[in-house]
Amino acid sequence: MTDLTQAAMLATMPRSSWRARLGKLAPFLALGLAGLAFPLLGDSYWGVIVTRACVYWVLVAGLNMVVGFAGQIAIGWVGLLTLGAYTTSAMTAGTAMPAVSPYLALVASAAIGGVFGLIVGMPALRLRTFYFAMATLGFSTIVTQVALAWKSVTGGGIGVPGPVFGWPFVGDWGFYYFCLLLAGLCTWMTANLAASRFGRALVAIRDTEVAAESSGIAKPRLLMIVFLFSGALAGVAGGLFSSLQSYITPDAFTFDLSVLFFIAILIGGRGSVLGPLLGTLLLTALPEIAAPLVAWSTFLYAALLLAIVLLVPGGIADLLDFKNRRPLEQHREIVPRPELLMQLLHGKRGETLSLSGVSLRFGGVQAISNLDLDVRREEVHGLIGPNGSGKTTTLNVISGYYAPQAGEVRLGKVILPPQAPQLRASERIARTFQTPRLIGSASVVENVMIGGTIDGRGSFIESLLTLPRHRRDEAVLRERAMLALLTVGLDQLAEVRADRLQHSELRFMEIARALMLQPACLLLDEPAAGLSAEEIRRLGVLIKAISRTGTSVLLVEHHADLIFDICDRVTVLNLGRVLAAGTPDEIRSHREVVSAYLGA
Amino acid sequence: MLESIVSYGLAIGAVYALIGITYNVMFSASRVFSFTAGMLGMLGGVLGALFIGKLGLPAIVGFVLVLACGAVIGVVTEIVAVRPVLKSIEQHLYVLSTLAFALLVQQLTAIEWGTEAQPFPRLIPIGSGWLDQQFWLPLLACAATIVGLEFLYRRTLVGRAFLAIAEDSYAARALGLPEQRLRLASFALAGVIGALAGFTGGEMLLAFFGNQSILSFYGFVPVALGGMGSNRGAVIGGLALGLFQQAANFLVGGIFAAVAVFVVFIAVLLLRPEGLAGATLSRRV
Repeated sequence: MTDLTQAAMLATMPRSSWRARLGKLAPFLALGLAGLAFPLLGDSYWGVIVTRACVYWVLVAGLNMVVGFAGQIAIGWVGLLTLGAYTTSAMTAGTAMPAVSPYLALVASAAIGGVFGLIVGMPALRLRTFYFAMATLGFSTIVTQVALAWKSVTGGGIGVPGPVFGWPFVGDWGFYYFCLLLAGLCTWMTANLAASRFGRALVAIRDTEVAAESSGIAKPRLLMIVFLFSGALAGVAGGLFSSLQSYITPDAFTFDLSVLFFIAILIGGRGSVLGPLLGTLLLTALPEIAAPLVAWSTFLYAALLLAIVLLVPGGIADLLDFKNRRPLEQHREIVPRPELLMQLLHGKRGETLSLSGVSLRFGGVQAISNLDLDVRREEVHGLIGPNGSGKTTTLNVISGYYAPQAGEVRLGKVILPPQAPQLRASERIARTFQTPRLIGSASVVENVMIGGTIDGRGSFIESLLTLPRHRRDEAVLRERAMLALLTVGLDQLAEVRADRLQHSELRFMEIARALMLQPACLLLDEPAAGLSAEEIRRLGVLIKAISRTGTSVLLVEHHADLIFDICDRVTVLNLGRVLAAGTPDEIRSHREVVSAYLGA
Repeated sequence: MLESIVSYGLAIGAVYALIGITYNVMFSASRVFSFTAGMLGMLGGVLGALFIGKLGLPAIVGFVLVLACGAVIGVVTEIVAVRPVLKSIEQHLYVLSTLAFALLVQQLTAIEWGTEAQPFPRLIPIGSGWLDQQFWLPLLACAATIVGLEFLYRRTLVGRAFLAIAEDSYAARALGLPEQRLRLASFALAGVIGALAGFTGGEMLLAFFGNQSILSFYGFVPVALGGMGSNRGAVIGGLALGLFQQAANFLVGGIFAAVAVFVVFIAVLLLRPEGLAGATLSRRV
């Protein structure tokens, strides 16, 4: 019977989300219609300003993926705008080679912008935040200096005329519609991206890189694609900008512009598309509305930036998020449904996890020494021991965060490469963390969907354009995530922001995320910490049921009751060595274990 | 030509080194990379020109006033842009808050002081050629700062407390050190050093609001390459950077120098993100 009700629940899901989807679309549609109707006013002064807002948005939309989603502090993006502007202008003016059509030049700007976006972005893969910010800043300074010096192509300080776009976008209003069209296209693409597994993965990299890695998200690859995309949009924006300015000199590209782009995103709110769009409109119009303030505009932007960082780090998007201000039900209960596990985990095979001779020392501390451990399929293996005995270190060796100095870790017959946490997911090794790792601003179901990222089949481009394969991925992942949430008993909270959950609920959410991988081997790091007695009992039943579907489960825990209740075998560590191993009954009566750890 | 490369290069290099030390002093006390280092250098020049050139104060009074202003601005930086975001340091909000604060000050300078570079008064009218004040004053300031810091850190109790905070602020607090007051003092000290850099380099760099971004970047390059927190790296790197820049300026043109510095900066950091000296790996899981 339960199966039926659940199937019914899943079936009604899309229909109930229809209205939600319309609600999300409404502001974009309203803005689009307003943009289309705007020329009817016939105000050419404001026409220029709105065109400028569209041009800025083309850049900001792409930068939003880098800053707002991936959380990379790229403050020098104006360098790419400069590059695009000069590429388009020089190609149409024919200063470097025979003149070409402005449309072709715009495409070339996109390509060059993309390549340089990648080059500027590359340091982000290895450098710390501030270093990366400095690198982008340095880049933007250098582009201006080169523009100043390369007189034959850029005209140096005198400048170069911007392109005039021909048929079909003739005249000022024609150009306006061209920019509006591109701005609309960028909105559509980035909104698609935001709602895809790539968008979620970017936010995961921003907020919880460790969990992202253990879900198999390859940060370098993903970031490189995003830098390419963002750079291409900046190149296009540059081409449009040069046409709008009609004449460009290096002076046109001040650092103030970079600040404007950056603040538009922060005002809008990180991880949102609508927010930064509104932010861009606001910031472009602001100096016009308050004309005497033009000289102070950068000062105001800077003041705004400081105020946002200190007072409303969430930006406009947070202020508009009414749904998540509704109070949650007070006395919530987590009721897992282990009977759904077969449905969730069907088709996967458990594997034996084995460690042989693993040793790891940090400086003078021998964290693990010559450790042998077998976690067989269909078995819950407990790993216990006093604090500092090497339990979590063992988990970190298995999941690839630490490279052991000796020994190896295998899953089945496969030797797991050391220090490659992002490769564990493809071997179907999932884990939870001692302190839950989550994306606070994303909904619970989105957090869980992160766990299944590697099972998506569609490419980045397919997600950008919502091609069928992308839609199928999303449907499959969402359905599986809902099933996982039903299984752990959090289905009622699926659409709630994850940072509103209680600690115990986060623990179950992490398990749901791990189950998304349909794991062959599941590593649990103190899942019962902070749970009530009744919750621990339910957790125990769930863990045991997971193992009975074939998964090998390694459980690190301090609650001796839970360990002896559900484990098939137990290994006791002390000072990095195996003190004892055997069935729960053997361990419970082991004299050294009792004196070292359990107490009489 | 060699003479002007060396004298100019060492002088500007000493300014970079001092800005690098400014970064270091703030970083040691708070683990925060602050965009305000370049701003302090810019202000040193502008305030010096204001006090001595415009208001006609005696040079020594103007000098002391500039350093005092630097200290005050350092303290304000700590209170406004650093302390509120320290709690969530892993979110890197300090990058934005210090950038915003630096921009605020820079724009205020641009509006009140003007966007044109203005001359910095010549304080000591003796010597010519490389004996000119503009060449040896930054070097002297740099040497004095190094000796002073060394004395402070090795010989005084306050200095040792600074070191303790830099080494392990958690343990230092457990020992009862007033971390907050020490951090405030460090930012004041950084303010003095940054203002000193701008003041002594003022005649060469002029009193110009745009110096901020140049000093921010070129002052950061030596510390990033040498390893954050190492003053020795800052001095060696700063002087080398100054010499290289001037040599390139004379031999192949300034654009090449700018591009070359940028490429070296990126390349070294990509190969060794922790800098040429120094390594830290923190526990992530």
